[in-house]
Amino acid sequence: MFKILDKEHFSENVVKFVVEAPLIARSRKPGHFVIVRACEGGERIPLTIADADVKADTITLIVQQVGVSTRKICALNIGDSFTDVAGPLGKATHIEKVGTVVCCGGGVGVAPLLPIIKAMKQAGNRVVTVLAARTKDLIILEQEVAPWSDEVVIMTDDGSYGRKGLVTEGVESVIQREPVNLVVTIGPAVMMKFVSILTRKYSIPTMCSLNTIMVDGTGMCGACRVSVDGKTKFVCIDGPEFDAHKVNFDEMIMRLKAYN
Amino acid sequence: MSTEKSGRNAGWRTELRSAMNAKERGAIPRVRMPELDPAYRVTTFTEEVNSGISAEQAVLEATRCMDCPDPQCVTGCPVHIDIPGFIKNVQRGDFAEAATTIRLSSALPAVCGRVCPQEKQCESKCIYHKMKKEPVAIGYLERFTADTERLTGTKKTEKPASNGIKVAVAGSGPAGLSFAGDMARRGFEVTVFEALHEIGGVLKYGIPEFRLPNVIVDSEIEALQTLGVKFVKDCLIGKTIPCDELTAMGFKGLFVASGAGLPRFMGIPGENLIGVMSSNEYLTRVNLMGAGRPGYDTPVAHGKVAAIIGGGNTAMDSVRTARRMGAEKAFVVYRRSEEEMPARIEEVKHAKEEGVEFLTLHNPVEYLGDEKGHVRAMRVQRMELGEPDDSGRRAPVPVEGAIEEIPVDMVIVSVGVSPNPLIPDSVEGLAVSRRGTIEVNDTTMESSVHGLYAGGDIVRGGATVILAMGDGKRAAEAMAEALFS
Repeated sequence: MFKILDKEHFSENVVKFVVEAPLIARSRKPGHFVIVRACEGGERIPLTIADADVKADTITLIVQQVGVSTRKICALNIGDSFTDVAGPLGKATHIEKVGTVVCCGGGVGVAPLLPIIKAMKQAGNRVVTVLAARTKDLIILEQEVAPWSDEVVIMTDDGSYGRKGLVTEGVESVIQREPVNLVVTIGPAVMMKFVSILTRKYSIPTMCSLNTIMVDGTGMCGACRVSVDGKTKFVCIDGPEFDAHKVNFDEMIMRLKAYN
Repeated sequence: MSTEKSGRNAGWRTELRSAMNAKERGAIPRVRMPELDPAYRVTTFTEEVNSGISAEQAVLEATRCMDCPDPQCVTGCPVHIDIPGFIKNVQRGDFAEAATTIRLSSALPAVCGRVCPQEKQCESKCIYHKMKKEPVAIGYLERFTADTERLTGTKKTEKPASNGIKVAVAGSGPAGLSFAGDMARRGFEVTVFEALHEIGGVLKYGIPEFRLPNVIVDSEIEALQTLGVKFVKDCLIGKTIPCDELTAMGFKGLFVASGAGLPRFMGIPGENLIGVMSSNEYLTRVNLMGAGRPGYDTPVAHGKVAAIIGGGNTAMDSVRTARRMGAEKAFVVYRRSEEEMPARIEEVKHAKEEGVEFLTLHNPVEYLGDEKGHVRAMRVQRMELGEPDDSGRRAPVPVEGAIEEIPVDMVIVSVGVSPNPLIPDSVEGLAVSRRGTIEVNDTTMESSVHGLYAGGDIVRGGATVILAMGDGKRAAEAMAEALFS
């Protein structure tokens, strides 16, 4: 079970896996995530589902190596299997036709953004996608998002590709140019925080998808709790998507460092 | 339920009864459970505190049982084990038959013999109480019987002939396992779907190994596999497989035993600081994920001064785990007095022996953090007991102005759990209470959705292993009858 059928390095630390998981491939929707264990004794790691192929019985996961467990995951090769893949978990994205949607993703946050971009386009929205990374090599999935986006804006911190500047500058240029009805932002917590500060200024509804520390991913442990509108919510069952204007990002950023 | 050769009128039992009079039996003192030395046991995770009684001790303890004509102990057991039947088999030395007798009613005797609150159930009804004597140690004898069966390999489970009817179970905790065992014995083809990567539910992620070793749980699961029960890990009913798809897969009934997987917090300031966590998180990291042991990657906080909030068995499990994880000071903060504590007396006793301190009549009101967001202190409100509340216990009332600050670097919140919402949210038309529990018919355990039965904490909202097992048993009876008719 959970055999790796394909593996591709997007960059030194970012890896794409195509994994055999027929039941999850059939039941997953945009916004869902899975819990993965690389091996016996391994940690349970939440990973968002970037894509699924029902005919091939597969799901696509994109992983960034940041610690012990993601390194173990990324060390697996085609033909190996993950010990466990459980899901789909979390609430699915609410998809509807709202007009123009700006989907902005940073780093591996583009992975969970891809199915949302697709679904938003299929629902009849105008979709402007903003992809951001430190440098050219870290821009991922540009080819995959392009067919579902009316426009793709690339932003790099060092200007090595697309426009030089932060993701917020890319988003703001779109907002200043045309009416935007919804912003979807997925990426590092600090990026989502600044996108949400920006869009609050323009009163544009904004949705974010949070990737907090989890153990079981099914509501049982509460490690993933965040404050949303002053109330404690569990990312695994109440989320992972929330109204970005109501999320206490500072607390979330603090809690992400619990085991550093 | 009893086997024919173990019935009360069997010749051997009549002989055992007449061999000794009540006075002689009553003169035998109740057996004491041998325990590991407290100083040693706080250094080990996996070694059980209670080390079990010997065969000689078991036979003598079994002799104390009067073999009453109308045994009340059986009425105190949620799964109605033929208690005198198994005990008298222990007395005559037929330990295998004793185990067979228990297994007619219970799928998890080695578990129940360890974690059941016998003092509130079977043993509370024992005739000895009327004689102002200590009850027969039914729990110890159950554990002895199950352990002997496991260690001698005399387990006599065989796969019964299949009736070809497939039924599904969501959750492999005590309710699910009990249901699975009862249905398999009736010939149903049972598949148990478990969300986590280990089978056993709360028996694995919740109860620590020093109270219930994993090998014990695994052995009970193997017994169920022998009966033909299939287990599927990493599979969430309602998510991985939608409930209505089970029907298409040929399942004729579903028993939902998904547990109380949603920890409660108190909603006080500072509760989201680093180092403040639910008992579910703490115990899952240590028990299920092996945190803190070589070969396991999952991290866990190592507090030097650990406060555990709450007075239940889970709080005791957490505080005793914290001691074993190296906390120099581990203390329980409970808002009522020790008398009102819901934890088993034995757990409180064991905790005290292990150096756990108790700060009763206190309630946390705020947690304070350092510059990195790590908890460094807690503010506690002193309480006093007022008039009895809805639970019948005297309600804790704050003593005005009596607030003090206590330094801590780890807080484990153990103030109860709510039902896991994953399945209730995924089934259309399923009647759910305001608390989020699935509403069922008390007798049949069937929900508002035809063919969907439920039991354990998803119905009760937080109870014991044996009550969950009783639910599984009743649901099995009702579902079997419904499917045969």
